[in-house]
This record gives sequence, C-alpha cells and structure tokens, in this order.
Amino acid sequence: MAKKVLMCGNDACGEGAIIAGCKFYAGYPITPQNELTAYMAKRMGETGGVFIQAESELAAINMVFGAAVTGARAMTSSSSPGISLKQEGISYLVGCELPAVIVNMQRGGPGLGNIAPAQGDYFQAVKGGGHGDYKMIVLAPASAQELMDHASMAFDLADKYTNPVMILGDGLLGQMMEPVQVRTTNDPASFAIGGAGERQMTNKPWALTGCKGRKPRFIRSLLLGEGELEEHNKKLQEKFGDIKKTEVRYETFNIKDSNIVLVAYGSVARTAKASMEAAREKGLKAGLIRPITLWPFPSETINEAASRAKKFLVVEMSAGQMVEDVMLAVNGKAEVDFYGRMGGGIPTEEEILAKIEGLV
Amino acid sequence: MRRAKKKVSRLKPANQPTSKPANLVFSRPKSMCDVEMHYCAGCGHSIVHRLVCEAVDEFGIRDRVIGIAPVGCAVIAYDYWDFDVTEAAHGRTPAVATGIKRMLPDNIVFTYQGDGDLAAIGTAEIIHAANRGENITVIFVNNGVYGMTGGQMAPTTLAGQKTATTMAGRTLKNDGYPIKILDMLSVLPGAKYLERVSVHSSQEVLRAKKAITKAFKTQIDNKGFSMVEILSMCPTYWGMTSVQSAERIKNEVSIFYPIGVIKSY
Repeated sequence: MAKKVLMCGNDACGEGAIIAGCKFYAGYPITPQNELTAYMAKRMGETGGVFIQAESELAAINMVFGAAVTGARAMTSSSSPGISLKQEGISYLVGCELPAVIVNMQRGGPGLGNIAPAQGDYFQAVKGGGHGDYKMIVLAPASAQELMDHASMAFDLADKYTNPVMILGDGLLGQMMEPVQVRTTNDPASFAIGGAGERQMTNKPWALTGCKGRKPRFIRSLLLGEGELEEHNKKLQEKFGDIKKTEVRYETFNIKDSNIVLVAYGSVARTAKASMEAAREKGLKAGLIRPITLWPFPSETINEAASRAKKFLVVEMSAGQMVEDVMLAVNGKAEVDFYGRMGGGIPTEEEILAKIEGLV
Repeated sequence: MRRAKKKVSRLKPANQPTSKPANLVFSRPKSMCDVEMHYCAGCGHSIVHRLVCEAVDEFGIRDRVIGIAPVGCAVIAYDYWDFDVTEAAHGRTPAVATGIKRMLPDNIVFTYQGDGDLAAIGTAEIIHAANRGENITVIFVNNGVYGMTGGQMAPTTLAGQKTATTMAGRTLKNDGYPIKILDMLSVLPGAKYLERVSVHSSQEVLRAKKAITKAFKTQIDNKGFSMVEILSMCPTYWGMTSVQSAERIKNEVSIFYPIGVIKSY
C-alpha cells in the first residue's frame, strides 16, 4: 500500500530514484542538496545499490558515466557551482548516448554565490552548459511530490532516449518538508512512459558487460573518420527532434479567458499561481502556464495563448532567462514583461500581484 | 627495442591457417585486432597494447574484461583491442573505471592512461581511486610528453628536456619538478601492487609483461588497486631515432624513474 509521509524535497527526490531502480549514486557535498546525498547513502545500503562519496563533482559525474556504461540506472546530484563542474561529464554522456539522471538544486550565483534558492542555471540546463551541440530533457518539479515522481520518470526518459535527464530544482524545493505519497516501483503515477506494468530496466543492447557470447562493444563519442561526426550529430538531432515532439509537459490555469498570462516554473510557479488567484479575486483576468519540461519547452502552448492574451508576465528567480524562450514562443504576438529576483531573493505573492496590477 | 617494435607491426595475415604450424613461435594475441596501428615508428604504445592483450589471453578473461581508453595518443585503443572498451574524458579514466567495477565486480576492469591524462589532469581521480582501494588495474604509459597534441611538456618531463612548451628545456623554477606518481601512491594503503617497468629493450619488454600480468592477477584475486608504470619511447617528440630513444630510457629516464617493484602485497 502506498503511504503518505512528510519528507523534504531532497529525500523525496532520492526515494523517487530508488523507486525507479537506481543502483548507483555518486555525489559530493554541497548545500542545499546535502540531504539527498545522505539519503542515497542510507538507501543504497538498504537496497543493494552502490553509493560513493566522490572526491569531486567531476569524479562523481564520471563515476556515473562508468555505471551507465554497464547499463545500470545511475544518478548524481549537486547544486549550481557543482553542476558547473559536471558539464564536461554531461556533454560526454550525450556524446556517448548514455542514460543518467542529474539533479540540480539551484542556489544563488554567480561564483560561490550563496546557499539560497535561485533559478540562475536555466540557460546552463536548457541551452547546454557543456560543449557541443546537445540537448537533454530538463524537468522542473514544483513540490516534494513532483520531485519524487520526476526522479522516477527521469530514469525512464533517460533510458528511452539513451540521453541524460536533468531535474532542475532549487534550494527551497530541496529543503521544504511536504506530505508525499510514496509510490511503489510499478505504480502508474511513477511512470513517464505508458502506464503501469513492469519497469523496463535491463534491456540495454549497447551496455558493456564483457563480450561473452557476442562481439565486443565500444562506447565512444570520438569520431575521427571523414563525415562520421556529422552523421553522429544528425542522429542526435533526430533524437532531440523526437523528444521535442513527444515529451513536452506543462500545466495551464485559466488561460482561455486571460488578458494576462503568467509563465513560471518550479517553486516560483506556486507563488505565481497564488498571485494569479488573488488577481482573479480582484476581477483581473489572469492565467498561468507552468512549464514542467524546460526542454523541450512548451512553445506551442505559449504561442497559442498569445493569440488570445495581450500580455505575458514571466516570473523567475533570475535576471531573466526563461523569459527569452517565452519571447521566442510568443514571437511578437503579445507583450512580454518580466519580474525577477536574483541572488537568493524570492518573489512574493504581493510583489507578483502588484506587477500584474501594474500591467493590466 | 627495434626487435620488439618489429614484432608488433608484423601482424598475422588474415589468411593464416588456423592450425598451428610446427615452426610458429609468435602470433597475434587473440584479443588483439588484426589491423595496422597508427602509432609512429619506435613508439612504445603498440608494445604495451600487445602486452595487455597477451595478459588478457593468458588469464582467459577476454569475455569479461572491460578497458577504458584514455585521451591522448592511445585515444583509439579500442580499434586495436578485441574486447569491450569505453572512452573517458581526459583524466577521468579511474572515476569511470570505478563506476564500471562497482557495478560489475566480477568483470576485469583496466584503464590505459598516458602521463598527461594520469599525472596532470587526472591526479585527483588516480589518487582517490587508489586510496579507495578500487579493485582495478591501471596501465600507465610514461613517455614524458603530450604526444597527441604536439609534444608539450608533461608533468613527467625530465628537467632540462626540450618540448614544444619548454623550448629551452624544462626549468625547475618555472615548470616545477618531474612527478613520481607511483612513489606518491605507494603511501596509500589502498594501493596494493605498484611496479615501474620499461619497454626500451626486449629484456625489459619481458619484464613489463610480467608486471602487467601480476597487476591483472592482483585484480583477479580481489587484492585491490594495481598499477604498472611503463617508461616508453616517443622518438617523434624527443627528436630522436628509435634507437636513440631506447638508449635515452636506459641512460637517462630510468635513472630518474628507477625500474622495479615499488609496492607488492
């Protein structure tokens, strides 16, 4: 029987990974995601998985690379400065077409910044912080429950596309305690692909396991032959195209009759929703689009909404990053405004409401 | 040296009969691909590749060995090894090996790394893999230069040695001292078997073979971290002939980096 328990977001995220059959975790301490590392240390021991406290974030992501090479479900987590260090490994994972899950509980930057919640790593996550032409699915949970479910989902998506998947949370989501319905491994709610059934974790015809009874396999991103790398890139882009077609996820509230549509993701989306509801109470026709996948981005939905609403207000805990994707999606059909706080500042319900009132 | 190099480059012809002729004394190891290698004349990599394959064949572990190719001249080692191989980012090889070995403890996992990979960019990874006592084998080829990128100074470059980035010779004041990684690792309890060998003469090649075999045996017996440093020639970036390069190892390099067992369990 599924049970409801009080958990912090970091722990919920860890349990979501365990539910999905994560067998390898490597991490390095950094606030505000330390609970997740400690949780994985405990749960890996209990579930027969492997936990390693690595010597650095670089080592951690490359240990995950090694575990992924064997076909194991593997994860690492960190916060902003540590995620910068993992960019090399992420690029290699994509290049080698290996599945893995990377969790970023964002904190204030740039540099060492602070340990307060922030959303300043949006560009890094969705535009490709590492080198080369690549993309990865970026999930933006907004609650402890979603952190658990997205973590489970992330492994299925990573395996489906043999590509890393990032969970982009923030320090607020990671630390906040909320009631969470703990899923079972084959609970339909924990699946990204299809409904219930056995979670497919073992069929990996590319994994290195030793060449007994088959031809040797090679995992590599180095392609030196004439035109080889371009062909490889075309194949990757085709895959990214498929992801764009099928994996866009979002939530909408009251966008049918709105004059102003808010766009926000993660923890801020919850505050934005409260502001939207307060605006409605005041008779202002406000709506909300919450992207759940930041890449692929719900551009079509935003573009459609721009046919009706005259104004958009993007709210972020950054100087304005996702707002650029909203502007691209709106494509001049409506006015796009922005409200953001930086360096650990969190937009309040009142601040957002005041901004809405100023715009309509 | 020349003789050893010749052995490697003379690969078994594809149409060679499978039954062993009475006079056959030398052939390609089964776990080595029948292809021409890209290495420069007199380079030691081809010899070391072969020694690894011979050890794999001798233990009969081809079907469960997993190699990790480095970044550097041996970056396409998987074109020569006929078993499972993955690449790794520069220097991260021991971290990748850790992930693989922890998930597949019954497989035999080895890294193949050069001195730039292991002794510069990958120092954190090698030290901590050794310190955790990871049950992996590290084949460390030390030729004192970055070959793939054009002969720049490596951490192992000897004092006074001319390279692309030390045109007047390595100065200790500006460039620091050549690093003896094996000696550093020897103080770590997790490191179980450490030996330095060379491939500059047929006699030394035989000794290198023994060391590589012992290193794999260390892993097969679950004893922990094993590593063999192999002093190797780079005639191209030493600006020497193959013979001169072999002589240099004998008279100069092996004096600074003495050949022998550094630690054994």
